[in-house]
Amino acid sequence: MIFLYLFITFFEIGLFGFGGGYGMLSLIQNETVEHWGWLNAAEFTDIVAISQMTPGPIGINSATYCGYTAIKNAGYSVPIAVLGSFTATLALVLPSLILMILISKMFMKYMNSHPVQSVFKGLRPAVVGLLAAATLLLCTRDNFSTPSENPWQFYISCALFAATAFGTGVLKINPIHMICYSALAGLLLFY
Amino acid sequence: MIPLIEEEVVNHHKWVSKEEMLDLIAIAQSCPGVFAINISIFIGYKLRKTQGAIATALGTALPSFLIILAIAIFFHQFEDNKVIAAMFKGIRPAVVALIAVPTFNLARRAQLNWFTIWIPIVSALAIWLLGVSPIWIIILAGIGGYVYGKLKVER
Repeated sequence: MIFLYLFITFFEIGLFGFGGGYGMLSLIQNETVEHWGWLNAAEFTDIVAISQMTPGPIGINSATYCGYTAIKNAGYSVPIAVLGSFTATLALVLPSLILMILISKMFMKYMNSHPVQSVFKGLRPAVVGLLAAATLLLCTRDNFSTPSENPWQFYISCALFAATAFGTGVLKINPIHMICYSALAGLLLFY
Repeated sequence: MIPLIEEEVVNHHKWVSKEEMLDLIAIAQSCPGVFAINISIFIGYKLRKTQGAIATALGTALPSFLIILAIAIFFHQFEDNKVIAAMFKGIRPAVVALIAVPTFNLARRAQLNWFTIWIPIVSALAIWLLGVSPIWIIILAGIGGYVYGKLKVER
């Protein structure tokens, strides 16, 4: 049954995932973390981190990783989990395949028409909201700890958050470098 | 990603012209799904119809799939390793910041004004506090855009 749910979920993500990799992120998170509980917030964050460090598209990466982890966490063996990651990735790509072929076949000339462009225009501000929601939903105990549970980890986490936001947003430091610095900080301060 | 695709498809293999490529990129970006997959399906379909589309989609997805699969298998064996755990404790808050920053960049590119700024705010709060599915937000925003575009033409 979990395979069917994985397929339907990632098919939906592929069908409604507007706004590029980041726009898709909130959909993936909402479905896999909030709705199905296949991953916790920390595991989801790990996937995003791994996706940042590897070259592939974030959508494919999350589908592959999530398919594997969801099946593995449900208690199945590695080969079954590989099948899970295949299912999720295929389900994510399928809507694209159907839609792009349909567009190529008959709708190419309508893509620049006024009604279609109006729909795309309406989506743009909403995608900003989606990404903001993804950020807010990731500010959890799993990722930051809490002042009462582990004040040391909490304040360091906040500092690392601020440093990375400032580093990549203002100083334009390469995000991958910032991830490496944070890993080093984690190793020195949390080990 | 785009320069890499253009180099191969337009300059090297000459499968599509530069102008057509620009059109395809614009459409692939506005459509749902993974951009690299979308554009590769367009090119594949143009060259060899449905079979070509399946071939290019597979070709684009496969390297990421294999890399991430290897990482997933590897990572699950080292999850409980204390060194890895400490490193990821440092990485996680940084990654949240890496999602927060593009939110602002995206907001700037969406050219929000006083008339549209409420849309991302209400959407974010609905998802965050009320647990509304982002899918509903996307459907509503699409309908909203369509209706607004129609009213604007009629006026």
